[in-house]
Amino acid sequence: MLLISCPNCGSRDETEFHYGGQAHVPYPENPNELNDREWAEFLFYRDNTKGAFAERWLHSTGCRQWFNMLRDTVTYEIQAVYPMGTARPDAAAAAPDSGTASTAPDSTTTGTTAPDISGTSTTPASTPAPEGATT
Amino acid sequence: MANTAALNGIHGLRDIRRSPASHLTAAMEAGSVEGTVILEEGPFQTMVGLRVDPRSEEGARVAAVAGSLPTRCGGVGGADGVSVLWLGPSEFLVVAPEEAHDSLGGDLIGSLHAALGESPGQVVDLSANRTTFELSGARARAVLEKGCSLDLHPRAFPPGTALNTEVGNIPVVLEKTGEESYRLFPRASFADFLGRWLLDAMREYASPEVP
Repeated sequence: MLLISCPNCGSRDETEFHYGGQAHVPYPENPNELNDREWAEFLFYRDNTKGAFAERWLHSTGCRQWFNMLRDTVTYEIQAVYPMGTARPDAAAAAPDSGTASTAPDSTTTGTTAPDISGTSTTPASTPAPEGATT
Repeated sequence: MANTAALNGIHGLRDIRRSPASHLTAAMEAGSVEGTVILEEGPFQTMVGLRVDPRSEEGARVAAVAGSLPTRCGGVGGADGVSVLWLGPSEFLVVAPEEAHDSLGGDLIGSLHAALGESPGQVVDLSANRTTFELSGARARAVLEKGCSLDLHPRAFPPGTALNTEVGNIPVVLEKTGEESYRLFPRASFADFLGRWLLDAMREYASPEVP
């Protein structure tokens, strides 16, 4: 059982959450221009990372809000919890996004914040948290 | 769920309304241990699902009608018998006595609607969505702790707080109303299971304590 720290509600059991798959998979800028293979890769192809993995979670029986989490897929260590729409906090992970179909790895759905990870530390406190984030 | 606003007095529909755990009334009475732990189903209540950004202008208008909006997880706002439970950063559950319902002479839902106006958000009548279990007594916390992983110690969960969580694997809103009294709001379809689960959890307190 993981103990997950929801940004709104504090530490809760894993059973209260829903897993949302890999984070930072940007929607294609021009979906109509993709061929079938590229579209299929956007829809279905995800990393199978060993080590730190950025993923989305939903606190489904709590505040019903989505957030991102950086979790080690080997040790299950939760390295960071950060809001949707912000960049992945660690730059040190060994290029986990190589080989994906996306043209702009590590960007959010807005596609504008990709390089902005140099100044952020690994703690989620450095990002603007929603109200009531400390519990 | 039927629109309860249309049911008032129409062929006595209000009179034949049954609460989701009404078939457990006798079992709950038999299973309660006077002075130790008591379980009963609460009366019908007017519940309103409220979604509004509390920091916005319409949030302030709605807060003025509801009393106040809680600002953080666990918070309970409201005034004059109306409780506003925090469900999410922009989602709240308003719980009021049944008489506050518009079909019974109240004006809670209508005035919330009017306060929200055309602004983004929603006001939905959820009176039939959840039922209320009232659990009280010295052993109430021990009963809940059998199926709830939250820290229910008073230092972390004081009276006047409400949390969205699971009790006995059932998603409920758990509100602490007094030092030894709790209200649980499960959805109607879970009321039977949760009622029986609570009764089972209470059974050991009917026996004399083994030293």
